[in-house]
Amino acid sequence: MTTVSIPDVMRILPELILAGFAILVMLFEPFVPAGRKRVLGWIALLGVLVAGMAFTWAPPNAGMAFSGSIAADGFSYFFIFLFLTIAALALLGSINYLERDNIHHAEYYALILFSTVGMCFMAASAELIMIFLGLEISSLSTYVLAGFRRHDPRSNESAMKYFLLGSFATAFFLYGIAFVYGLTGTTNLVDLAADLAQPGKWSTLTRAALILMFVGLAFKVSTVPFQIWTPDVYQGAPAPVTAFLSTGPKAAAFAVLVRIFLGLAGPSGPAAFWVIWISAALTMTVGNFAALLQKNVKRMLAYSAIAHAGYVLVGLAAAMASGSTEGASAVLFYLAAYAFMNVGAFLLIAHLAGPGEGRTEISDFTGLGRAAPGAAACLTVFMLSLSGIPSTAGFFAKFYVFRASVHAGLIGLTIIAVLNSVVSVYYYLNLVVTMYMREGEPQAARTPMPLPLYSAIAASLFAIFYLGLYPNHFLLLSTLSSKPLP
Amino acid sequence: MVAEVTFFILSALALGSAVMVITRRNPVHSALWLIVTLFSVGGVFLILRAPFLFAVQIILYVGGIMVLIIFVIMLVSVDVSGRQQQFSRQWLVGLTTVLILAAELGYALYRGSKGFLLARSAPAAALENNTQAIGTALYQNYMLPVEIASILLLVAMVGAVLMAKRKME
Amino acid sequence: MVPLSHYIALSAILFVIGAAGFIFRRNIITVFMCIELMLNAVNLAFMAFSRFRGNLDGQLFVFFVIVVAAAEAAVGLALIISLYRSRDTLAIDELDSMKL
Repeated sequence: MTTVSIPDVMRILPELILAGFAILVMLFEPFVPAGRKRVLGWIALLGVLVAGMAFTWAPPNAGMAFSGSIAADGFSYFFIFLFLTIAALALLGSINYLERDNIHHAEYYALILFSTVGMCFMAASAELIMIFLGLEISSLSTYVLAGFRRHDPRSNESAMKYFLLGSFATAFFLYGIAFVYGLTGTTNLVDLAADLAQPGKWSTLTRAALILMFVGLAFKVSTVPFQIWTPDVYQGAPAPVTAFLSTGPKAAAFAVLVRIFLGLAGPSGPAAFWVIWISAALTMTVGNFAALLQKNVKRMLAYSAIAHAGYVLVGLAAAMASGSTEGASAVLFYLAAYAFMNVGAFLLIAHLAGPGEGRTEISDFTGLGRAAPGAAACLTVFMLSLSGIPSTAGFFAKFYVFRASVHAGLIGLTIIAVLNSVVSVYYYLNLVVTMYMREGEPQAARTPMPLPLYSAIAASLFAIFYLGLYPNHFLLLSTLSSKPLP
Repeated sequence: MVAEVTFFILSALALGSAVMVITRRNPVHSALWLIVTLFSVGGVFLILRAPFLFAVQIILYVGGIMVLIIFVIMLVSVDVSGRQQQFSRQWLVGLTTVLILAAELGYALYRGSKGFLLARSAPAAALENNTQAIGTALYQNYMLPVEIASILLLVAMVGAVLMAKRKME
Repeated sequence: MVPLSHYIALSAILFVIGAAGFIFRRNIITVFMCIELMLNAVNLAFMAFSRFRGNLDGQLFVFFVIVVAAAEAAVGLALIISLYRSRDTLAIDELDSMKL
């Protein structure tokens, strides 16, 4: 590959558009008067829309690009669309937040876009070097975003912890890649799969390499015991940023996990499978039980995010055990459904927490049901969906994962997952009960929702009910997308 | 023979200074020891006949990153940070983790060393004219990663300026 | 000629030393330096594999790892400065404003 062909470029068009708009936003800032910075947010949003439309109007031919380093397939399209959606929702929810807390800078929007570029490359690459670079782009942007409230010690602390643990994880991921490279001489996933398909190619060292890579990614998706950073980071980061980083980078890391573990680890025998099984069980249990004890809403949702990573791992374990597409499609469905409810919940909390995010204790929400019935109702829907109540997206997300794991014969893991889901209902409903049943004056902000945030919340609610009432369309989509190319 | 002796001297230096990095109380001392480690690892690169990456290691790591680190240590006043807690109190948890990691890597390397056998006698011809070959590869096969790395550097630049700037206008 | 296993052993020990430092040290800058140690172990492994496989890709990987290390250093050190300005501390144990 010495020349760049047009079809090749078409296959990375969304990434190029996003990066272009990110630079554009920063270039525009000096020309925008101080009071009208929200224009920059709209430009960034336009970038996301254009990237999405470019893909819809001129869908590239599926196939490999750039000498096999980019895999343009249904799998990567699914994730790119998911990332674009998450980015759009996060941008909508950020505009008024940044204005309110007086941290309105173009770099925020640019970093959201850059991070999305990195995530897209993670999902779309079939080359470990590209996955690694994408991971780093998305990580570096989110480290800075987590510390964006520069004068808030909680935000500094959050960024610092995220940075240290993130870099630590990167080293593990890289060490895994180094061993894979040493054992096979290639870092291209297609070649790797071909190489490892030969008999006698799997050794203890190959498994060790896969496990090192898993550890690296496990930090990013925060599975137990690599979840220690999550509560502090999610709590300390600005809430719209938490909305973004608890869904986007997490989904991207899962995309890489699926690509690697389903693409390569097929014949690896039980070792890799049991690693996933055990971390799924631990992650769900630790996440849910720790969430029971929390008094801060953001921290509670952080533990809930850990628990949800565990459910997704159940899907991954099912996919590895059975080899059918059912598990993988359940993973994709779950990640999308989870994205809508979590982004919605965190964006709403960003608004309700008031200036400086001073009101994030659960007790601050006492009596919100009467004081701000609209916001309370929306938050209730998000909580119900997170706990998996029927007719919401969360129900079918869990249902498909559990069904896949039963079909794969993982009865024990399914029972653990179901019990966990029952436990989780308690802390989600606790917030709802606090809002509606307890007497008192809510400390949370009662200002009406600004229009951009309102549209983001409405879109999330629509998606939650759509997936909860008509899941078949989306399940078909995720099944079609669940077979990565290599 | 010369290569072997050099290798052992360099590895001893690298490991010894790495231990010093993690045991010195004063961050400045740690940083200086880290420079020794980086130099020794660079030396090993030379034994592996990779002069280009040796140069990159010295210029970028020692000349760039380490200078940056020492600069920041000076900026945040050593006196304060030197007096604070330097070692973790939960050493038992840490020790277990490290032992598990060491045991795992050791076991895998011991058990899996056969996997490397085929690699042992590979020819080195492909690696001659190292610098030129790397340059060609970077601009041909690795063009896309290079472009993406440029985005990464842009992100790093924006992020660093944003975080270190004293006051936003 | 030094066999491959020696290089890999050196790399593995270096990696473990780095990880140990990361876990035991409580000063952010030192912890950060431990990550650099680990990345160097990774680079060493790539270089050795590249040499013994007669394949240049490993060296290019090292090149990218160094680029990433530089980018991480820039962002990380900026975060350290920002943290120090608001907290006046670099001890990890004092970063506990959000505990239960």
